[in-house]
Amino acid sequence: MENNTVLTIVVLLVAVGILGYGIVTRKKTSLFELVQNRRLFFLISASVIVPGLIIMAYSTIVTGAPFRLSVDFVGGNIYDFTFTEVGVSEAILRDAFSQVGDDNVTIQSIGIATDNRWSVRGSFQSDETVQRILTNLETVSPIDREAFQQQSVSPTVGQEVARAAFFAVLVACFVVTMFIVLAFRQVPNAFRYGVCAVVAMLHDVLVVMGVTSLLGLLLGWEVDALFLTAVLTVVGFSVQDTIVLFDRIRENIPLHLGEPYETIVNRSIWETIHRSLATQLNAFFIMVAILLFGGETIQQFIFILLIGLLTGSYSSIFTAVPLLVSWQKGEIPFLEGDIHHELVPSEAL
Amino acid sequence: MKNHIRWFIFIVLLSGFCLYVALPASVKGITPDDPICAEYKEDPSVDTKGVRCDEHIRLELNGDFTPEIDLAISQSLGLDLVGGLRVLLQADIDTATFDTETLRTAMGETANNINRRVNGLGLTEATVQLQGVDRVLVELPGVTDREQAVQTIQQTALLEFVDFAGLLNNAQSYEGQQILTTEQIALRSNRGEGENAADIFAGARNPNTNEPFQTILTGNALDRASAEYGASSASGIPSWYIVFSIKPEFVETFANFTASRVGQPMAIVLDGEVLSAPVINSALSDGGIITGNFDQDSSRQLALQLQSGALPIPLKVIGSSEVGATLGQVSVERSIRAGVVGVLVVLAFMLIYYRLPGVAANLALILFILLNLAIFKLLPVTLTLPAITGFLISIGTAVDGNVLIFERIKEELRAGKPLSIALDSGFDRAWTSIRDSNTSTLIICGILFLFGQTPGASIVSGFAVTLGIGLIVNLFTAVIATRTFLYLLVGVGQQAIEKRQWLLGIRGA
Repeated sequence: MENNTVLTIVVLLVAVGILGYGIVTRKKTSLFELVQNRRLFFLISASVIVPGLIIMAYSTIVTGAPFRLSVDFVGGNIYDFTFTEVGVSEAILRDAFSQVGDDNVTIQSIGIATDNRWSVRGSFQSDETVQRILTNLETVSPIDREAFQQQSVSPTVGQEVARAAFFAVLVACFVVTMFIVLAFRQVPNAFRYGVCAVVAMLHDVLVVMGVTSLLGLLLGWEVDALFLTAVLTVVGFSVQDTIVLFDRIRENIPLHLGEPYETIVNRSIWETIHRSLATQLNAFFIMVAILLFGGETIQQFIFILLIGLLTGSYSSIFTAVPLLVSWQKGEIPFLEGDIHHELVPSEAL
Repeated sequence: MKNHIRWFIFIVLLSGFCLYVALPASVKGITPDDPICAEYKEDPSVDTKGVRCDEHIRLELNGDFTPEIDLAISQSLGLDLVGGLRVLLQADIDTATFDTETLRTAMGETANNINRRVNGLGLTEATVQLQGVDRVLVELPGVTDREQAVQTIQQTALLEFVDFAGLLNNAQSYEGQQILTTEQIALRSNRGEGENAADIFAGARNPNTNEPFQTILTGNALDRASAEYGASSASGIPSWYIVFSIKPEFVETFANFTASRVGQPMAIVLDGEVLSAPVINSALSDGGIITGNFDQDSSRQLALQLQSGALPIPLKVIGSSEVGATLGQVSVERSIRAGVVGVLVVLAFMLIYYRLPGVAANLALILFILLNLAIFKLLPVTLTLPAITGFLISIGTAVDGNVLIFERIKEELRAGKPLSIALDSGFDRAWTSIRDSNTSTLIICGILFLFGQTPGASIVSGFAVTLGIGLIVNLFTAVIATRTFLYLLVGVGQQAIEKRQWLLGIRGA
C-alpha cells in the first residue's frame, strides 16, 4: 500500500506538471477558438495518458502485467460466499482452501462485517474439490446457497478467451480503420481523416487502460471479458462521435471557401457541440443510473464505459479535429501538410 | 401529409402489438405455476381446462385451422438472473486418436444422453449444447444440488450383465469390487485408449480363466428402468431397487443366457463395479430387478442414467459457474430500477431541452423501448445482466439520432427557412451522420458477438446482441417515427408554433 501511495503522488505530480506547462505556455487567445488552442488540449491529453503509461509500466514491473487479469483470461476459481452465521474469518477461509492444496488464494470481505460475505479467488479446481471446500466451510457456518456464486474456468478455457480477445482487438482495429476510410472516401485526404479518427480512438483506449491499471493497483479491479467489451464499445462510440464531427467539416469546406481551414473547423465544432453535449448527457444519465442503482456485478463495467464515454467525447473535439488541423498545416514531423494551397477551390470538393 | 398519416397508423398498430407482446405474462392471465401446467409441459396435448400456461402467436394462412406460423412469446432469462448451474464439459480422451467424424457422432450421442438425464431430473428449462467438436455446455436453471447434478451428468453409467458362471459361492464377495470385462475393453479401444493402458488392469479378472469377464448385455439393451421400494430379496427387508425391462431385440439373447445359467450367479456391473451378483433362479425373458446398496436418491439417479444410456465418451468439467437465486433476483430488481430512473431522466431532459420536438423524440423513445422488449420476446433473446445493460445503453444512445436531426432543424430555422422546409432538410441532412455513426458501433457489436462465441466469454454476446438490436431499431424510431410524430404535431398547430418558436427550443425568436 505504501508503494501505491508514492506512485499516486508521483503520477499526480507528472499530470499537474504537464497540465501546468500547457496552461502557462498557452496562446493568449480566446478559449473559444478551440482549434487555435490545440497545443493546450494535446497537453491535457498527455497529462492523463503519460501518468497512465507510468502506472502500467510500474504495474508490469511489480506484478508482471499492466493489469490484474481475471480468471476469464488466466483460468481459476472465484467464489462469493455468504454465511448465515458469524465465525468465519479470513484465516478460516484460507485454511479451508489450503486443506485441498490451494495455498495461494486472494480473500476479500464484501460489504460490512455483519454481512458475513466473502469473495475468494483461487486456482482452478475440479468440481469434487469445490464440493469438499464447501463441505469444509459448512462445518464452520452454513452457507446461504441462495446467495452463493461460484465460477470455475480451466486454464485451457482461459487461454482460448485470451486468444479470442486478442483477435477481437486486432479485427476491431482493422475493420474500424477500413470503415472510416470508406466513410470519408469522397473527401480529399480521406486517409488523413481516417488516421486522425484512429488516433483519437487509441487516445481513448489508452486513457481507459491507464485508469484500469490504477484501479487494479489501488482497488484490485480485474480485467475480464466484460472489460474488453467496455473498451471495444468505447471504440465504437468514440468513432461515432468523430464521424459526426468530421461529417460537418466535410460539409462546411465547400460552403465557406476562402476561410482559413482553422476557422472552418472551429465553426464545425461549435455547430456540433450542442449535439455532442446532448447525446453524451443522455448516455451519461443512463450510465450513472446503472452505476447508482444497477446490479453490482456490472458496476466496474459501467464505470469503465463511463470513463470511455467522457474521454470519447473529449477526444473527438480536442484530439481528432485539432490533429487534423496540425496535419493540414504541416506541423506534424515527417508528414506533409498543404497549408499553401488550402484556398484552392478544387481541393475543397 | 397523407404519407405521415399512413405511417402514423402503422406506428400506432405496431406500438399496440409490441405493448401486448411486451406485457408481463402475469398481466395477461397466464399462470405457468398452475399445477396443470406441469403436465402440459410434459405433453402439450393435455387439456389445461382453460388455464393458460404459455403464450403463442399463431397465424393461419390457408384457413385449415393449422397454424402456419407459431411463435412462442416468452422472455427467457439467463442463469445470472434466475440462478442455477452451468457446466462446461470436455471429452476426457486423447482426441487426436479419433477421426473427427467418429468423435462428432460419439459426442452427439453423449450430448443426447445428457439431455435425457437432465430432463429426467425434472429440469425442463435445461439446455445441453455441443460446443465445437469435443465439448458440451449444460445449463441448469434453478438447480441447487450441485453435487447430484454434476454427478448425474458426468457419470458414464455403463451397465453390464456379466457372466459369473462357475464362481458360485465366491460371487457375493465381488460385490463392490472393480472387475474387468470384455465390454470395458471394447469401450476403451473405441475411445482410443488402447487395451494396454495401465489402469485397465486395475479390475479383477475371471479367476477360472484369467481372462476378462464375459459381458452378455449392456445398458443399451434396457427398455425401461425405474426405482422402486419394497421387499425385493428373500430376507424380506424393504429397500430401494431398480426394475428394468429389456428391449424386444435383446430379449432372445437375455432369455437364452439366463436359461443356460440357471443355478449360476450373474453379475450386474456399473462402470466396472459389481453392484450385485445374484444367482439366476429361473430363466428370465424380458426384464428383472437390480438390487444393491441403494437409497432413494442413488436408485433414482441410476435408473435415470440407465434409462438415458451410457455416455460413449467420458467427460471432465473444465468450467462451471453457479449463481444463487437471490443474487439473480436482486440483479433483476436493480436493473429495472436503474432502467426506470435513467429513462425518466432522459425523457425529462429531452422535453426540457427540445420542447415540442422533445415530445416527438420521447414518443419515439417509448416506441423504441416497446419494440426492443417485443423483439427480445419474439426472437427470443436470453436476457442476462450484460444483455440488460446493453439494452439500457442503447436507450441512452437512441436519442442521438433525434438530437442530430433537431440540431439541424434549429440551424435551418435560425438561417431563416420556413418551418416545413427546415423540417425536411433537417431530416435529410442528418441521415448520413446517423447512418455512418450507427454503423461504426454496429461493427463493434458484430465483433463482440463473435468474441462472445468463445465458451469462456459467452457473457459478452448478450451485451452485443441487445446493443446491436437497439442500434438497428433506432434507425427506424429515430428517423421515421420521430419524423411522423413531429410532422403531425406541427401539422396540427403550424401557425401557433411559428409564432411561438420557444416551442422548438429556439431562444430569442
